[in-house]
Amino acid sequence: MKSGKGGFTSRLKLKRIQEAISSGKRLDGRGLEDYRDIRVKTGVIEKADGSSEVFIGDTRVIAGIEISHGPPFEDTPGEGILICNAEIVPLASPDIEPGPPDEVSVELARVVDRGLRSAGIVDFSKMEIIPKKTVYVINVDLFVLNHAGNLIDASTLAAVAALRSTIKPIFEVRNGEVVPSGRKEPLEIKSTPVSVTLSKIGGALIVDPTSEEEDAMETRLTITLDEKGNVCAIQKSGPEALTPEEVRKAISIAASKAPEIRSKIIGGT
Amino acid sequence: MSSNEEWRRVDGRRWDELREIRIESGVLPNADGSAYIEMGRNKIIVGVYGPREMHPKHLARPHTGILRCRYHMAPFSTEPRRSPAPSRRDMEITMVMRYALEPAIFLERYPRSTIDVYAEVLQADGGTRCASITAAAVALADAGIPLKDLVAACSAGKYEGRIVLDLNDHEDKYGEADLPLAYMPNLGSITLLQMDGLLSPEELDRCINLAIEGCRKIYEVQREALKRKYEAKKEVEGN
Amino acid sequence: MKTFENRELVLPGDVLYIGRIRAGENTYRFGDKILATRIGLVEYGRGTVSVIALEAGYQPLIGDLVVGDVVDMELGFWYVDIDAPTLAQLSVPDATGSPYSPEIVMPDILDVGDTIAAKVVDLDRKRIPILSILGKGLGRIEDGLVIRMTPSKIPRLIGKKGSMVTMILKETGCDIIIGQNGRIVVKGRSREQEDMVVKVIRRIEMEAHTTGLTNRIQEYLRCWKEGRL
Repeated sequence: MKSGKGGFTSRLKLKRIQEAISSGKRLDGRGLEDYRDIRVKTGVIEKADGSSEVFIGDTRVIAGIEISHGPPFEDTPGEGILICNAEIVPLASPDIEPGPPDEVSVELARVVDRGLRSAGIVDFSKMEIIPKKTVYVINVDLFVLNHAGNLIDASTLAAVAALRSTIKPIFEVRNGEVVPSGRKEPLEIKSTPVSVTLSKIGGALIVDPTSEEEDAMETRLTITLDEKGNVCAIQKSGPEALTPEEVRKAISIAASKAPEIRSKIIGGT
Repeated sequence: MSSNEEWRRVDGRRWDELREIRIESGVLPNADGSAYIEMGRNKIIVGVYGPREMHPKHLARPHTGILRCRYHMAPFSTEPRRSPAPSRRDMEITMVMRYALEPAIFLERYPRSTIDVYAEVLQADGGTRCASITAAAVALADAGIPLKDLVAACSAGKYEGRIVLDLNDHEDKYGEADLPLAYMPNLGSITLLQMDGLLSPEELDRCINLAIEGCRKIYEVQREALKRKYEAKKEVEGN
Repeated sequence: MKTFENRELVLPGDVLYIGRIRAGENTYRFGDKILATRIGLVEYGRGTVSVIALEAGYQPLIGDLVVGDVVDMELGFWYVDIDAPTLAQLSVPDATGSPYSPEIVMPDILDVGDTIAAKVVDLDRKRIPILSILGKGLGRIEDGLVIRMTPSKIPRLIGKKGSMVTMILKETGCDIIIGQNGRIVVKGRSREQEDMVVKVIRRIEMEAHTTGLTNRIQEYLRCWKEGRL
C-alpha cells in the first residue's frame, strides 16, 4: 500500500501549495524555476525501431518508434508522415479509467506532434519511396506509466530521445511493390526541440508542475524551442488568462531552461 | 531424433528450462501496488488500485467486492506496430486473467468495492498472459490485498514433436500445442487452464505436470521479488 | 508445529503453522494448516498465530480517529474519502448535533474540498463507515500539511503508549493529528519544523519492520536540532 495517492486535491493542500509558491520554495523543496530530476534511457524496447524511457521526478513516459510506409497526406504528396499517439493508461493514476483516449491524451499527442513537426526534426521532403504514392511513415507512440504532472515535457523529451535512437529500416521498390531491403541506417535528425511547461499559481510562474500543482494552477503554458532558440510550438491550456507580460516572461524562462533539458538527451546515452 | 537431454531449442534452452525471469515489486509511485516482469523478451508492468469505491456506483455489489482486470498491449510491443484499440484477444485475456486471480483474493471482505488490476504489455514475446498473471499476483501482494496464495503462471506445450516448458513467441506460433496454466502452489489449485493445438491425453498430462513444475520455479522468483524490498532496507540499517 | 521463527518475514500463502491453533490477524486456515495472507512479520502468541502486516490498506473500525476529504454530498449527508474500501458517510446530525431540516445550507457547514478529522462511530449493514465530527478536536481542519503513511505502520508512529509521537512533538514543536487511516496532519510554526516531521515519518515508514526504531529517530532528531543533518 502506497502513501501519497494522487486524485482529489483538498482545499487545505491547494492553500499549502499556494503559500509555498509565494514563499519561493515549493512543497517538494524546489525553487520556482527548478525542474525535478530528469533521467533518460534509450533502447528500452528492443523490438521497436527506436525507444526511450523518460523520468521527470515520478512522472514516467515510454516512447516507441516504428518506421513503416504508406500513402502521403493529400495536401503534402511529396512528404513523409509523422504521427504521434499518446495513451495515459489507467495504471498511471487513480483518476484514469480504461477507455478511448480522452481530451488530455489527445492534447498531449498533438502538442508533442506540433513541436516535432515545426522544428523539422526530420527532413520530410526526403522521405518519398514512390513519388507521390508511397512515403516513409514515422509512428511515435507515447505511453504514460506514472502521471505525476508535466506530461507534455516528459513526452516531448521521450519522443525526441526515441527518434534520436531510431535505426530506420530502408524500403525499396521491387516489381512496383515496396519491400524492406534488409538494410538499416540511423534516422537522420535535423533538430532537437524541447518543451518547457509553466504553470501560473497565485499569480506566480513555476516550471515543471507536479500533478498537485496542476490541480492548483490557474493556467498552463507550454513553449517548445529548438536548439537555435526559435519557438516551434506554444500551447496555453487552463481556464484563466495571461497578460502579454506574463507570456513574455514565460518565454524568457523557457528559453533559459531549454538548454539544460536538452543536455539530458544530447549528452545522454 | 536426439535424446531430450542433448536437444536444444531455438533460443538454446533445454526442453524443461524457463526463460530468464526477473521480477521487481513496487515500481509505480501512484499505484497502491505494482510489479514489473521480464520473462525472456517479454516486458510487462502491472499496477493495482484498491480496494476502492466502485465507479459507476450501480456496478457495486452489496455482498462482495469485484475484481476488475485489464490486459492491454502498448502499440510498440509487437512487430509490426499494433493498433492502440483493445482487440478481441485483449478482451479474452482480460477475462481469463480475472478468473485466474479471483480465487486468490478474499473478495467477500470488500462489499461494494473494486480492486483494479491493470497489466500493460510493453514488449511481447509469447506467454504474455502468464507473465501478466505472475506479475499481477506480486502487485496484489505489494498492494497489501490479503491473498490465499501467490498465483504463478507459465505455459507448457509441444514443439517439433517434443513437450517443452515456457514457449516463446516462435514456439507458440510454429509449435503444435500451447497450454497456459496458473497455479497456487500451497493450495494445489489450478486457476487458469487453456489449450490450443493438438495433444494426446498422455501428452496433455505431461504438459500439465511440466507447467506446474514451471509455476513452482516462478513462485520462488515472485517470493524473492517481494522479499527484496525489505531485505534491502535491512542492509541500509546495518551500515 | 511452528514453521518460521518468531518475527520472521512471511508472504501470502506461507504456511505458518501445522496443527491446532487459532488463526489470528492476516492469516487463515486451510485444512490443518494456517497460512499468511499478507506480507509481514509472523507472530506466534499463546494459542494463536498472526502476521503484523507491512503492506495493508485501511480497514475502518468503530472508534478510529480518521482524517478525510469531503468529496461529494447528497441531501442530508456528505461523502468523505478516508482511504477505506468505500467512501464514508457523515450525516447532518453527526456534524451539527441537531436533526436535518430543509433550511440547512449544507455547504455552509462543510463543503466539497474540506478536510476533516472525524471518528468512525458505526459501520452500517453494508460496512460503510459512518462518521461523526461531534467531539473535542474533531471537525474541519483549517490549516496544516496532510501526508500519508501506510495505515498498518501507524502504530509504529504512535509508539508504545505514545512514546514515539510524544518525542516527535517535543523535539520539533509541531502539532500532529494522526488518523488511523494513515493520513496525518502536521502543523508547525515554520516550514522547517514541518519538513522535519515529514522526514521522520518517511523514515519510520521505511524502517517500520526493524527494531530499535525509537532510539534511531531520537538520534536523528537530535542531529537535526544541533544542525548536523
